[in-house]
Amino acid sequence: MTEINTALTDNIGRRNRTNVRFRYLVIAGAVITVIPIFLIVGSLAIKGFRQINLAFFTQPAPDTFQAMMAASTGDIIPGGIANGLTGSLLMVFLASLFAIPPGLMTGIYIYENSSQKYARFIRSLAEILQGVPSIILGIIAYIWIVKNITKGYSALAGSVSLAIMMLPLIIRSTEETMRMIPVSIREAAFALGTPYYKMIYKILIPVSFSGLATGVLLALSRILGETAPLMLTALGSPAISFDITKPVSAVPLLIWDFYNDPNMVSLVWSASLFLMVFVLSMNLLARSVASKHKYI
Amino acid sequence: MNNTSQNDNVLEIKDLSIAYEPGKYAVNGVTASVKRNSITAIMGPSGCGKSTLLRAINRMHELYPDIQTKGDILLDGQSIFSMSVIELRRKVGMVFQRPNPFPNMTIYENVVAGFSLNDIRMKKSRRDEIVENALRNVTLWDEVKESLYRKGTFLSGGQQQRLCVARAIAFNPEVLLLDEPTSALDPIATLKIEDLLGELKKKYTMVLVTHNMSQAARISDDSMFMYLGELVESGRTGTLFTTPKDPRTEAYLTGKFG
Amino acid sequence: MSGDRVTKALLFISSLTILLLSAGIVISLLGGALPAFKEFGVRFITSSVWNPTEGSEEYGAMAFIAGTVITSILALIICIPMAFSTSLFIAEYYNGTRTSRILRSLVDLLAGIPSIVYGFWGFYALRPLLVATGLTDQGFGVFTASLVLAIMIVPYATSLSAEIISMVPAELKEAAYSLGATRREVIFSVVIPSARSGIIASFILALGRALGETMAVTMLIGNANVIPKGLFAPGNTMASVIANQFGEASGLKMSALIAIGLLLFLITALVNYLGKLIIKRFA
Repeated sequence: MTEINTALTDNIGRRNRTNVRFRYLVIAGAVITVIPIFLIVGSLAIKGFRQINLAFFTQPAPDTFQAMMAASTGDIIPGGIANGLTGSLLMVFLASLFAIPPGLMTGIYIYENSSQKYARFIRSLAEILQGVPSIILGIIAYIWIVKNITKGYSALAGSVSLAIMMLPLIIRSTEETMRMIPVSIREAAFALGTPYYKMIYKILIPVSFSGLATGVLLALSRILGETAPLMLTALGSPAISFDITKPVSAVPLLIWDFYNDPNMVSLVWSASLFLMVFVLSMNLLARSVASKHKYI
Repeated sequence: MNNTSQNDNVLEIKDLSIAYEPGKYAVNGVTASVKRNSITAIMGPSGCGKSTLLRAINRMHELYPDIQTKGDILLDGQSIFSMSVIELRRKVGMVFQRPNPFPNMTIYENVVAGFSLNDIRMKKSRRDEIVENALRNVTLWDEVKESLYRKGTFLSGGQQQRLCVARAIAFNPEVLLLDEPTSALDPIATLKIEDLLGELKKKYTMVLVTHNMSQAARISDDSMFMYLGELVESGRTGTLFTTPKDPRTEAYLTGKFG
Repeated sequence: MSGDRVTKALLFISSLTILLLSAGIVISLLGGALPAFKEFGVRFITSSVWNPTEGSEEYGAMAFIAGTVITSILALIICIPMAFSTSLFIAEYYNGTRTSRILRSLVDLLAGIPSIVYGFWGFYALRPLLVATGLTDQGFGVFTASLVLAIMIVPYATSLSAEIISMVPAELKEAAYSLGATRREVIFSVVIPSARSGIIASFILALGRALGETMAVTMLIGNANVIPKGLFAPGNTMASVIANQFGEASGLKMSALIAIGLLLFLITALVNYLGKLIIKRFA
């Protein structure tokens, strides 16, 4: 079979070269993919850092006249994002209240009945709901809450839109976490005569606690940055407000407002930097919880 | 070809050490040789380094950058590390522990995979001839000649493994490395493979890793016994089995460990 | 044992939440969209006229459907080589190494950045760059939006593709290596054919995300209610027209926007379902 040897000596060089070339192509593609991360984080850090001070966290957003005056003299724009911060915290808190209990329970239900058609159907519904664009959930909360309950834009409506976003995330992470618990642990509990509800809150939940916490934190980091549904529901407010039937602001809503006001440009960099750092640290926290406290 | 091709030894392993982590040797200072047109069995309890030694012969370890290899292996007198790895693997074929025909290829394509993977083009008639020959050599031709263009995954485990042997020998290697080729097969399929290896000995030199002592005794000409990364003893299979020199070999052969 | 029954009943009742929620979403969207569909019929989908002037109101979704499909597909085309090479880097070339883990976390970071931050960054950092190339006057338009969308969906396509590529059995790759194939040849003849449907599914799911993205696109696409005339021409997507016009809408216009929401819901649900279906077949 000298034909093989001849063919090989003919093509080895070429094949090795394309092999090396392809490797470089892959590395180049990967590098190009990560470049935007450095560009985004870098430009936000450099341009946003200047406006971050105490007032940034304690004072509500300035009006456009104040901003214009400051911008014209090159000063730091007075005021901050306190109204957005309180609004975000209020709505995220309410959304968690609405979404976490039914999310956890539905997740456990699916896990416990995973062989049944109904449970699998519920799981598919959660999957579909997870893929629904967030702006559509804004429309829904508008129809349900703004039009029919609070008769106007409100924190409640914003919270509901965020809660609908959160619910499928919690359901799926709960079910997936529970599925990693060895069946033997459950069986051991039942073998000792443990009642069903005790098995759930004394065994299932504690054993999978870090996984559940990770799921919740990841869901929170998702909804913290959401803007579109809030534009249709919470609307925004220049003042700090805790009335859930009235419009409130949120950090991403403030970014949107600042973005539409040319005088506020330097504030929008800072607000974006803050939002990004806030969301990413939540994200990192979730991952470190996931990797550190592992029962399973 | 240089003068060493007259030598009886196809492979010469010289002071070979392989470490998965720095300082942790899976193979430690092994020196051995493999005779032409023979079957050499490498035995030993699991974790003794027998597969690691085998996989060094076609430089498989280079796929895993953490693995470090010291020492040398000569193929027909030439260091395998001085060859292009493509050339080396063309001369040294391999059959794996579990049958692994390519699931995306038909039986026909599997047999000529060596050619297509290496970008060697040839006439259809020549390819057909190679496929038929290889499949006849592994006694699979009659079983699959009607379904050459079906995916190989419907075959039984034993048939799949013979297909994998066909894939390796279609490329006409000098040496065939067999890494516990029957460990995933039932006794009847195992027997067929063993018969096949006995036939193939006429054309190829084979190195067989096995943890099955009776298999080594049945089909090998020479045997090596490895323990904890070291080559404890090697020689003619008959001699090694009847009069082992090392107490560890004797312990293994009498079932004291492994 | 009545405690057990109460627990089971509670769990079951909570599972109804999602059932009612899903039904409610569909019913509300249908109900809200009904006036627009009654008024315009099929023309609502086929027409690209968007005229809110009172008296001669006419609404058609085609311009936005086209804008959505064009930006998302363009984003996908830009995303494919990036996600493909990154997943090969993570799951094949540097699989199991520190480098791979670092790259993986960097790509995960991309998924964590909020949409509005992408939009803002695209507006102030990326848009001037595109203007400097001379290809576009203002920097707004389909291409700018797609470029940012592509960066946003890369992590979704990458993490799934990488997972599937790393699941290709080592013994198959080794079989190809043992026959003398080079790494590139192993990738193209063994890895990709084995992982093909999973990789395709990961791109379909990434497309599903691109279709519904709102803020970044709204800030970059130029918000012109017409079918985009070229790569650098402005347009509008279904999500961005809702974001832009919902606040001041009422009556028929509100209904038209909800109808667009319904169509977007159907399109994304279909695309996601397709992706999930392929994955389930694969697994």
